[in-house]
Amino acid sequence: MASLKEIKSKISGVKKTKQITRAMNMVAASKLRGAQQAMDGFRPYAEKFSEVLGNIADKAADVTSPLLIPKVETKNVHVIMLTSDRGLCGGFNTNIMEKAEEFIENLQSREITVSLTNFGKKGRNWARKEKLTIDGEYLDVVGGKFAFNIASSVGQKLIEGFLFGDYDEVHIVYPEFRSMANQIPVIKQLLPIVSIEKPEESETEAAESRYMPEHICEPSADALLNIMLPKSIYIQIYHALLETSTSEHAARMRAMDNATKACDDMIESLTLTFNKARQQTITMELMDIVGGAEALRG
Amino acid sequence: MAQQTIRLEIVTPEKYVVKQDVKIVMAPGTEGEFGILPNHTPFLSSLETGTVHFRDLQDKEHFVFISGGFSEALPDRVTILAETAEIREKIDVDRARAAYERAQKRLSSSEEGVDKDRARRAMDRAMARIKLFGIKE
Repeated sequence: MASLKEIKSKISGVKKTKQITRAMNMVAASKLRGAQQAMDGFRPYAEKFSEVLGNIADKAADVTSPLLIPKVETKNVHVIMLTSDRGLCGGFNTNIMEKAEEFIENLQSREITVSLTNFGKKGRNWARKEKLTIDGEYLDVVGGKFAFNIASSVGQKLIEGFLFGDYDEVHIVYPEFRSMANQIPVIKQLLPIVSIEKPEESETEAAESRYMPEHICEPSADALLNIMLPKSIYIQIYHALLETSTSEHAARMRAMDNATKACDDMIESLTLTFNKARQQTITMELMDIVGGAEALRG
Repeated sequence: MAQQTIRLEIVTPEKYVVKQDVKIVMAPGTEGEFGILPNHTPFLSSLETGTVHFRDLQDKEHFVFISGGFSEALPDRVTILAETAEIREKIDVDRARAAYERAQKRLSSSEEGVDKDRARRAMDRAMARIKLFGIKE
């Protein structure tokens, strides 16, 4: 059995770890609040945008935007991968990497060249280790404060790549924030644009919009659509960034909560061991004294 | 009874910049500036970088910088979707001036690989901000 001193120092070590994990938990909680606020702030914009986009898409007679047309042959696929910069958030990053790996391996088995854009250090390091081509990397974005322009500049690059034929398809991998305990990595196709997502309209709204007369469009509906489509890509990227940040903080909060609980358990069992060891020492000392006394009397 | 006011919402990906009832809205459309009064027919337009101004219920004029986007007008509301929007009081004019100079330098340099389009757009934005800041109320 370990000596009393050893156990004691172990207990104090675990206590210090607990302080750290608890602090990290609280930091994650406050950052999570910020991330959720950003998401709430974004919702009105996104909803309005998809409403207008859906409206125009109906009107634009024959859509000829190159962003909507799939390439004849798919040879180069680009994947945007969103992970966190920092660890200590449970299986968060591993889950994303597994999802991405599965997807990329599937592509490679069909002899498709894969390139990546990485958000977050964890994903980038993974891509380096797997010897994948990294066309762009953005660190210190996820989890912190970022503005819409980061999404639009990335989106612009991808669209250019798509139009110039560097990429035949663009996909995005990110963790979707379902709930505090549940963040699921998802893969979505950004380019070519599969279909224009319509907002889910409630019954009353649907009736209202049917009643609405035709919009006047300036410039034409087709022209507006051509301006809006790239923006819808930026919006999706921005949305993914928000989801990733929120998920990261939620995952870290949970991981740290578990760690704090594990520390509690450990302290309890160590204290028990410590008390047992102390009791044993006392018993042994007593035995010694009694033994000595007996010997003297004898 | 016909409506006398119109609801104006200026939304960016980050937040609502303006959300209030107003009397008239003027916005820089791609094909020219337009004004919207209550009971406007449904109208959709893309917007240039520039200034949106509107008059509130107390007849006070307000100015908002926007960096291009879209507007949708319905009889009872106007929604403006912009990537960035700042009300006049919140414009950081020093930053805009710095951005203007930066853009100018980039435009006049003859180096390869300078994204002139981007520099020009940055210059437009900076100029619109500076101009707006100078408007007397």
